[in-house]
Amino acid sequence: MKRITGYLRWLVPTALIVGLVPLGGAIASAVGAPAQGGSATLNGSGSTFQQPYNEAVTGAFKQKNPNVTINYSGGGSGKGRQDFSDQVVDFAGTDAPYSAADAANVKGGKYFYFPTVAGPITVSYNLSGVKKLQLSAETLAKIFQGDIKTWDDPAIKADNPGVKLPSTAITVAHRSDSSGTTQNFTGFLAAAAPTAWTLGTGSTVSWPADQQAGQGNPGVGQIVKSTDGAIGYVDFSDAKALKLKFASVKNKAGKFVAPTVKATTAAVEKAQVNADLTYNPLNAAGASAYPIASPTWILVYQNYSDAAKATALKNFLNYIYGNGQKVASQVDYAPLPKNLLDKAKAQVKQVGGTSSGSTSSAPAST
Amino acid sequence: MATDAPALPAGLTKGKRPPGLIADRGFRILALAAGLMVLVILALIAIYTTREAWPWFSAERLGIFSDNWDPAHQHFGAGGLIYGTLLVAGVAVLLSLPISVGIALFVTDVAPERIRRPIVYTVDLLAAIPSVVYGLWALLVLAEPLASLFQTISDATASIPILSTLFANPSASGKSFMTAGIIVAIMITPIITSITREVFATVPSAQKEAALALGATRWEMIRGAVFPHSRSGMVAGTMIGLGRAMGETIAIALVIGSSPRITANIFGPGDTLASIIANQFGEASGTHRAALIGCGVVLFAITILISMAARAVVARTDRRSAGTV
Repeated sequence: MKRITGYLRWLVPTALIVGLVPLGGAIASAVGAPAQGGSATLNGSGSTFQQPYNEAVTGAFKQKNPNVTINYSGGGSGKGRQDFSDQVVDFAGTDAPYSAADAANVKGGKYFYFPTVAGPITVSYNLSGVKKLQLSAETLAKIFQGDIKTWDDPAIKADNPGVKLPSTAITVAHRSDSSGTTQNFTGFLAAAAPTAWTLGTGSTVSWPADQQAGQGNPGVGQIVKSTDGAIGYVDFSDAKALKLKFASVKNKAGKFVAPTVKATTAAVEKAQVNADLTYNPLNAAGASAYPIASPTWILVYQNYSDAAKATALKNFLNYIYGNGQKVASQVDYAPLPKNLLDKAKAQVKQVGGTSSGSTSSAPAST
Repeated sequence: MATDAPALPAGLTKGKRPPGLIADRGFRILALAAGLMVLVILALIAIYTTREAWPWFSAERLGIFSDNWDPAHQHFGAGGLIYGTLLVAGVAVLLSLPISVGIALFVTDVAPERIRRPIVYTVDLLAAIPSVVYGLWALLVLAEPLASLFQTISDATASIPILSTLFANPSASGKSFMTAGIIVAIMITPIITSITREVFATVPSAQKEAALALGATRWEMIRGAVFPHSRSGMVAGTMIGLGRAMGETIAIALVIGSSPRITANIFGPGDTLASIIANQFGEASGTHRAALIGCGVVLFAITILISMAARAVVARTDRRSAGTV
């Protein structure tokens, strides 16, 4: 008798566990599946600029849609565009549209650009005794080109009437890796100071050798933080995290504007939006617009052979254009202005992806 | 090799299949396939990367050897990168070789028996540290003191003709050719050490004892008996270290300062073929991407050239020492 109870003591929990596992699975699939119309895994890669936002918005989305798994692996906009055109990923993040030559090589049929958020690029500086700094595009161009060597240069003085500037040497910090941040920062200088800026626009430009290079936004921010007299371009969330001081930058309307989420949304609002929803927020018009902002997009195909993927992506995009816009300012990104938001919402409806789709090339899957 | 049949061993008659012949043939095919596989993989890598890099080669032609790397203006000259790669690898080998040979000699000929093993283990452990850890250590710990050291050396040599150019314009952050060379030197030390140690260990003790018996000091014994016997092995070890130094990527990318250029200022920032791929591939497209893949092809070619040169050197020293001994 005693021996039997001894066995029972082990047998009952074991039986319960063994029995409950499949039962639990059955309940989960019975309850979960119809509610969301099938589970799906979406894989994406690309822009590291939008990665913190993607992580935040994916986390919030996942709470409402537990059956959808979204993986976003970063790697840079160039990698994202390449992966997307090779059909390695379901969606990709990019801070710049395809060039005409690359657009022709995209496999997978028609695709869309979905703008998600935007972000200011700060001109961060470290100069003891100076709390407020204003810089025009011409002065910025000359500083980052190495034409202006010290902080008490007449050009900087002219931008900052009444501010006492020390004769500290300027240390310019830039990115050692290629980056969309560099692309947009140099793009702004080329647009706003076309005669002064000679280094061109690109994810990497040929910086003077006596400047300092840092890995990623945090690397540049760290150089600025630790060097008196340093100046560098750092994206907003990293600059805030490092508690750097930001310069106000002169916009097209001639006003000096500090980098904020609001001023960036104002810049995007004034930008010329193309039919494919690409736009350029750099050096935007408007008195309250901050002129150096990164746009960013998610690349999505029109048709997916797996209908569940298309549905999940549509839900995800709709979430981004709904609650996701509120998430943006919490993680220091600028939400889209209403005019662009409406266009983007309309474009989500065009994402098809039925298994009996109009394109006959993809085999129907069930 | 041997054309005339040797005498058959006992128990075998002519025309009869010896047992194990099928297994022998099978092994032969297997070994051949494994050997060919390496060549096929190498060839595929070379073909694929060259094809992907072709837009760069056809756009720049000989311009690939210029030192103007400026993606913003669509100029992709890899001259500065090739220079940086060779300079960093050269500095690394120059710094590492004497230390490695010293450690190897210490372990084989000088150290007491009971501390040899611990030293060997410690040096081998250096090879197990991931290169990104070396890179971060160099960036966070080594760079700052080196920056002030560079500044001091630069100031001290400012009036000496050649040295003043060599040590001019030291990088304020400590990110430079020299910093990269130093960190790579530490990384290749275990490789060169373990190969030279193995080679030194093969020197017949009879020869060493003979040298000592003739009244040679320990150094004379090493110079007269150990080195001549190990010359080709030392060259081979150095070449393997050099290959590793040229291919090193992340550690260099973190501390070289990312400024592709040809300059005599070894305390200034530069760039190498491998590190620019790591730094710029993520955001590259079009010709820029082709150029970065092309950098890989160029590095591949340089590595092959150097290892062929090394083989030639080894063959020559072997022939020479065989002739004189």
